[in-house]
Order: sequence, then structure tokens, then C-alpha cells
Amino acid sequence: MQSVESFVVVSLIKSVIAVFVLLTAVAYSVWLERKVVGHIQNRWGPTRVGPFGLLQPLADGIKFLFKEDITPPHVYKTLYIAAPMLSVIFALTSISVIPIGNWVTIAGVHTPLQITDVNIALLIILGVTSMGVYGVALAGWSSNSKYSLLGGLRASAQMVSYEISLGLSLIGVLIMAGSFSLRDIVDSQSGVFWGFIPRWNIFHGQTVAFFVYLMSAFAETNRVPFDLPEAETELVAGYHTEYSAMKFAMFFMAEYANMITVACLATLLFLGGWHGPIWGLAWMQAVLPVFWFLAKVFCFLFLYIWIRGTLPRFRYDQLMAFAWKFLFPLAVANLVITGLVVALRS
Amino acid sequence: MLHLALFSIFGAICVAGAVNLLVQRHPINSALSLIAVMTSLAVEYLLLGAEFVAAVQVIIYAGAIMVLFVFVIMLLNAGEEERTRGSRVAILFGIPGVLLGGVLVAWTLIQRSGTDEVALGALPGSPTIIGWLLFHDFLLPFEVTSLLILIAIMGAVVLAGKPEAETQQTGKGH
Repeated sequence: MQSVESFVVVSLIKSVIAVFVLLTAVAYSVWLERKVVGHIQNRWGPTRVGPFGLLQPLADGIKFLFKEDITPPHVYKTLYIAAPMLSVIFALTSISVIPIGNWVTIAGVHTPLQITDVNIALLIILGVTSMGVYGVALAGWSSNSKYSLLGGLRASAQMVSYEISLGLSLIGVLIMAGSFSLRDIVDSQSGVFWGFIPRWNIFHGQTVAFFVYLMSAFAETNRVPFDLPEAETELVAGYHTEYSAMKFAMFFMAEYANMITVACLATLLFLGGWHGPIWGLAWMQAVLPVFWFLAKVFCFLFLYIWIRGTLPRFRYDQLMAFAWKFLFPLAVANLVITGLVVALRS
Repeated sequence: MLHLALFSIFGAICVAGAVNLLVQRHPINSALSLIAVMTSLAVEYLLLGAEFVAAVQVIIYAGAIMVLFVFVIMLLNAGEEERTRGSRVAILFGIPGVLLGGVLVAWTLIQRSGTDEVALGALPGSPTIIGWLLFHDFLLPFEVTSLLILIAIMGAVVLAGKPEAETQQTGKGH
């Protein structure tokens, strides 16, 4: 049993590191997106600032900070200011329960590689992400402009609809693991089939659930092909039309932080978390799990960007029909079949 | 000690949110106060050791039902309400009635409650126990309730949908 002081100090250090790493990752996933989409479209992407444009996120950050922060005269001021803050807060909160590796001992302190290990981690993430709708909805409403309002309405309707199939696709994994703790879920995916196929949930009965999750997650984060809330051809920029400078950057940060959370969750639930081939020296064995985790998250983010560079946008009625008439029944069927198989086996 | 302090603070936030819900004149502010009430209730559940109920409270009430409230307010673009003086009946009977009810509840609770304190997590609040209760001990009430909700949803769809003939007449224009 460790003392209260050491608990507070360790948690504080871990929180600071986690937020710092997450924000850097957010900045560089913007760079990655611009670079990859550029290459997909036969352009170079950012090249001017630093080698390969690597300092571009820094330049963007400075630009956002020094731009004029305009508050249009017709907005509902309290909520107009609160909305971007809410978005960012909820987007950053969910990282606190995401584990990126096993337990480690650093300087005599034995601690898990996550801010806190709780037994309802998955439910906390679902709760926090479901609260994230308010940032978008309130931004759209309080801006008091038709484009913002339509964008906010579209976003909230879309997020509420896709959240159902998202939640249902996770229940199959929960049934297989028998726990809400992300650490237990990852531990349940260790080992291999026939000597070479890893026993990850995506290969272990939850393939359909993974694709349902993938599509719902794209819709939840308002990304192409589900980016109707900010469809620039119809709505200028959707819910953040009236925002400028750092407030706009906060929405941007929230969107990319949500992408990273979704990628982490996919890795933990379907792609075996930090499991992967481990060999070599003692320090390599300690670092490799974290490397595998980050590599899987990177692949998922790359998939996000790849799809953004490839697919056109849905029409709004197609979007809703897809959610309710295809994804939802598919998720329910997957749930029923998983439940049956697990019940028959036990 | 910290526990009691947190419980009291979030209890106070809960009551303040509920009062603010009634006082505010703009529907969206009222809806947001209700969200504050819901989330602080979830924290109260968490402090009582019912972490599953707390998470579900946030996901369903704060994250789904209140989103629909806010959605409807946005869709109707409801403006500020005018303050009325209220009916005389409500003032004459309502306030004494509420006070009497509060006193009765408080009195019963004080009479009934023992002096034993329950340790954190001693109450059954884990997902396993709740699942067992819902799908084993209370299976019939649980299923009947879900059937009732399904009927309510279908009723709402029937009431909201336009009759077939009318849709064909008006549906040409768009």
C-alpha cells in the first residue's frame, strides 16, 4: 500500500506526461494528415517549415495564438465561449483511463502505464465521449447563424445515432472478456492460434464487430465520409463557422484528440493492445509492448487519413439510413450470435 | 472525511442546478442546468460505491436523453420565456404542500435510519450483481418494462407520422 503523497505525485507526473504526449500527437497527426493527403492527391503537402515541413504544427500553433479573436455581435456569449472549452475538455479526459502498456517499475515505483486503472474504464470512455456532443451542439446553437445551427443539428443527430451501433459493437468484446477494465480486455487477447495467428478479437469472432466499430467511430468523430456537420460545400464550415483564432483551434484539437482516442480504443479492444512479438534484451522487452501499441494506433490513424483521401461524402439521408437500417441490425445480430456461442461453450 | 465533503459539495451542486433549472428563463439554460443535476447525481452514485450506475447515469441521462432535449430546443429555436406571476392555487397550496412533504420525508428518514455506517463498496453496485438481478431475479418486470417502452416508441411514431394520403398530396413539392 503506497502512501497518499506518492500516489498524488505519481498521478500528477503521469497526467502531465499523458496530456503533453497527447497534445503533441494531436499536432503531429494534423501534419501527418496534410502530408499523406497531399501525397495521395499528388502534391507535396507542407514542406516549407523545417525538414519535411516538420515544424509546421508549431507555426500553425503560433498563428492561431496571434490571430485576432473575433466574437461576432449576435452570439449567445456565455455558451459561445464555453462550447470550445467543453469540446477540448471532454476530448482530453478520456485519455486518463487508456492503458498503453503493462505494469512497470521506474525508480522504485510500481505503476501501470496509464493514469488510472478503473474497473469501468470502457464505460467512462463511452460516457465522456457521449458528453462531447454538447461542445458541438452548443457551438452550433450559440453562434446564432444558419450554417452553424445546421451543422450543430447534423452533428448531434449523427453522433446520437452512431453511438448506439458503436456501443453495441463493443458489447461482443465485453462478453468475450467478461470485464469492463481495458487491462483485462487486453489480457484476454494474449496468445496465438495454430502458432502464428494472434488471438486478437478481430480474428477471434469479432470481425464483424470491428467493422461496425470502425464505421461508427468514423461517424462519431465527424470524419470523411461522414463529415456532413462541416461539409464545406453546403455549410461553409458547419458548427465552427463563426469561430476564429484559438477557439477554432480548440475544436480542431478536440477532433484530432477524439480520433486518437478512437484509435487507442480500437487497438485495445480489437487489435490486441500491446501484445506482439517480444524478444531481445531486458530493456527491449520492456519497451516493445509500448512500441506495438503505438504502432497499431498509428496504423489506425493512417487508415483514417487514407479513407479521407479516397472516399466522397455521404448524402444526409443515406447517412441516417446507413446507421439505422444497416449498422444497427448488424451490431445486434453480432451481439446475439456472440452471446449464443459464449453461452453454448460455457 | 474527504468523502463526506465531496458528497455534500455535489449534493449542493445538484440542488443548486435544480433551482437554477426553474429560475432560468431561457430553455437552453434550463436544459444545461438539468445536465449539471444529472452529472452531479452520477458523482453521488460513484461516491456511494455504485460505479456502474454512475456510468450508466452519465451515458444515458446526461449523454443521450439530454442531448435530445437540447436538440429539440435547437430545432425549434425556442426563445426566452416571459415570466408570469403564477397561479394563486400554486402559491396557496403548493408551497405549504412541498414544505410538509419535505418535513415528512426528513422525519421518516431520521426515525428509520440506524447509526451504522456502510463502508464504501459494501453495497451491491458492481455490474455483475446488477446484471444478475436484472436478468435473473427481476427478469419478468425487466422484460415487461422494455416491451412497454417499445410500445410507447411505436405509438410516438404512429402519432408523429402523417397519414398516407396526406403525404402523397403534400409530398410532391420537395
